[in-house]
Amino acid sequence: MEKFQPFSGLVAPMDRANVDTDAIIPKQFLKSIKRSGFGQNLFDEWRYLDHGEPGMDAAQRQPNPEFVLNKLRYQGAQILLARANFGCGSSREHAPWSLQDYGFRVIIAPSFADIFFNNCFKIGILPIILSAEILDQLFEQVNAAEGYALTIDLQAQTVSTSNGDVFAFEVDSFRKHCLVNGLDEIGLTLEKAEKIKQFEQQRREQQPWLFT
Amino acid sequence: MQNLYDKLWNQHVVHTESDEPGSMALLYIDRHLVHEVTSPQAFESLKLAGRKPWRLSSILAVADHNVPTTDRSQGINDPISRLQVDTLDKNCDELGITEFKMHDLRQGIVHVIGPEQGATLPGMTVVCGDSHTSTHGAFGCLAFGIGTSEVEHVLATQCLLMKKAKAMQIIVDGELSPGITAKDIALAIIGEIGTAGGTGYAIEFTGSAIRALSMEGRMTLCNMAIEAGARAGMVAVDDTTIEYIKGRPFAPQGELWDRAVTYWRTLQSDSCADFDQTITLNAAQIKPQVTWGTSPEMVTTIDGKVPDPAEIADEVKRHDMQQALKYMGLHANTPIRDIAIDKVFIGSCTNSRIEDLRAAAQVIDGKHIAATVKLALVVPGSGLVKKQAEAEGLDKIFQAAGFEWREPGCSMCLAMNDDRLASGERCASTSNRNFEGRQGPGGRTHLVSPATAAAAAVAGHFVDVSEI
Ligand code: SF4
Repeated sequence: MEKFQPFSGLVAPMDRANVDTDAIIPKQFLKSIKRSGFGQNLFDEWRYLDHGEPGMDAAQRQPNPEFVLNKLRYQGAQILLARANFGCGSSREHAPWSLQDYGFRVIIAPSFADIFFNNCFKIGILPIILSAEILDQLFEQVNAAEGYALTIDLQAQTVSTSNGDVFAFEVDSFRKHCLVNGLDEIGLTLEKAEKIKQFEQQRREQQPWLFT
Repeated sequence: MQNLYDKLWNQHVVHTESDEPGSMALLYIDRHLVHEVTSPQAFESLKLAGRKPWRLSSILAVADHNVPTTDRSQGINDPISRLQVDTLDKNCDELGITEFKMHDLRQGIVHVIGPEQGATLPGMTVVCGDSHTSTHGAFGCLAFGIGTSEVEHVLATQCLLMKKAKAMQIIVDGELSPGITAKDIALAIIGEIGTAGGTGYAIEFTGSAIRALSMEGRMTLCNMAIEAGARAGMVAVDDTTIEYIKGRPFAPQGELWDRAVTYWRTLQSDSCADFDQTITLNAAQIKPQVTWGTSPEMVTTIDGKVPDPAEIADEVKRHDMQQALKYMGLHANTPIRDIAIDKVFIGSCTNSRIEDLRAAAQVIDGKHIAATVKLALVVPGSGLVKKQAEAEGLDKIFQAAGFEWREPGCSMCLAMNDDRLASGERCASTSNRNFEGRQGPGGRTHLVSPATAAAAAVAGHFVDVSEI
């Protein structure tokens, strides 16, 4: 995983609560056995006027001009502002994969669904929780100013605006450590292989029926 | 004093990063269920990293999302679906993982076959790359859905890195009215606490109405815990649990059985255990539930009306509601029973077990689906459920009533195979999600219990079962 370093990025707004993973990446695209290439179908049903199926050439599709991410001013956005309970629904990691493949590195919302929130960290997207009031402000600002950008500093745990507002956010120290240093969690866990084996052995003795 | 969740959690902690509450813990996983959609990338990465599954006997695999529910003798038509199922078969064959293949009688929806086989046992941690893994919590185990990176993590290490959630207790006391099912309880709870109400919590369902539920009802309830935002739902072990498990293929036998049962009986919250939140519902007040919108919390009762956004003060909520009504093609204040349906789907990991099929069959026995209903499908949850239903003659009842009787799988719950709604079509569905496009692009889903779905099939619109 890449190290998560401080950066400034263009912001796009997704002004809708309860955005579910079926909306983020519709199921017909889950048939892929790969991890990449989902970005062109991010928000597919909202983003295009025609119905999307795997293998279609995105250049031949009809974009929905009304959809927010299709607006010229948000092209190249790396930070997504969202509303409450973002990412609810299925456990599909294809949802964060598609956001990442599209170019998003950070999602800011007042709350996230648990599994989605977890999945983001695993692949190097940073989900940030800020209060609904702060998000109201940020939505207002991004709507008002073209080219609106935010600076994200994970080490310092801050989101900064260009006019000097700095918002602090919470993040679990272990997750932060993994992201900042680009660590492979499986590798880290395997360093404890002996401990896992001991635990397993003990369990095998106490509850042998689990091991048949 | 420990609650059930504390007990299950503490039993599985291999290591904690620090002693502070809320720090990351390494949790041992007893059972890993695998399906074709969320596993291929995990198997691939595992291989690329030169790693092997930690404990093969913990894994049980099955293809369910992409399998056709019609004649399977020709295999899978859609080449992309086929590749995904073939990839699972190949991965399982190569690594020596137990898999129920498409033509195996035991094949079915992963959350139906785990319990059916006795592969889900009390006291276990059960994971699967699927959010509805919460279903298995019905057995007094800690069961939750994970993403693909975590699937790989469990394959490689038999563990997961997790933070302990908060504990919520939902008490449903009293007696349910006739015809009211676990599905109605689940939807009523979600209507009450909202789809984010359980976020950050593991929910234990208790109370006399829960104790009175069969294992299948408890599974339906825990299945929907994720729709309330909770990662896990659970019910304490009692005689009902133990009776259900007895004699199942993967369940312990003989002396081991006795030892297991002794332990399983401890899997209950201590009296006076603490919970971070407690919610109480009166079972007697729960009525048949029908969703009207595009989120499971957008729900009302069969005698209710489509709500009016104009009466909602919160701007974001009002806007969501307007959007939902537009998508659903509904007008404010329309009585639920005036909503006509085009299709009926009885199936999914929520409601495709034998009792669900019996409940639906009982409603339609000797009747016929309305002329305006274009398609009514019954998709049993597994090959064994199907076989049992056929032995009881349920297939005949359904077919005589105009239903199609299909092969097991996820089917129109998420429309990854050929079973789907056309744009604008309205469906009474026993599944768990009514999100936009869930059952097909532009399709409109109303979540209901099997009995309510069957009643709607007969009437052509929603109606109280007691009036059929
Ligand atoms: S039946 Fe539906 S909810 Fe259940 S596992 Fe299959 S797709 Fe998921």
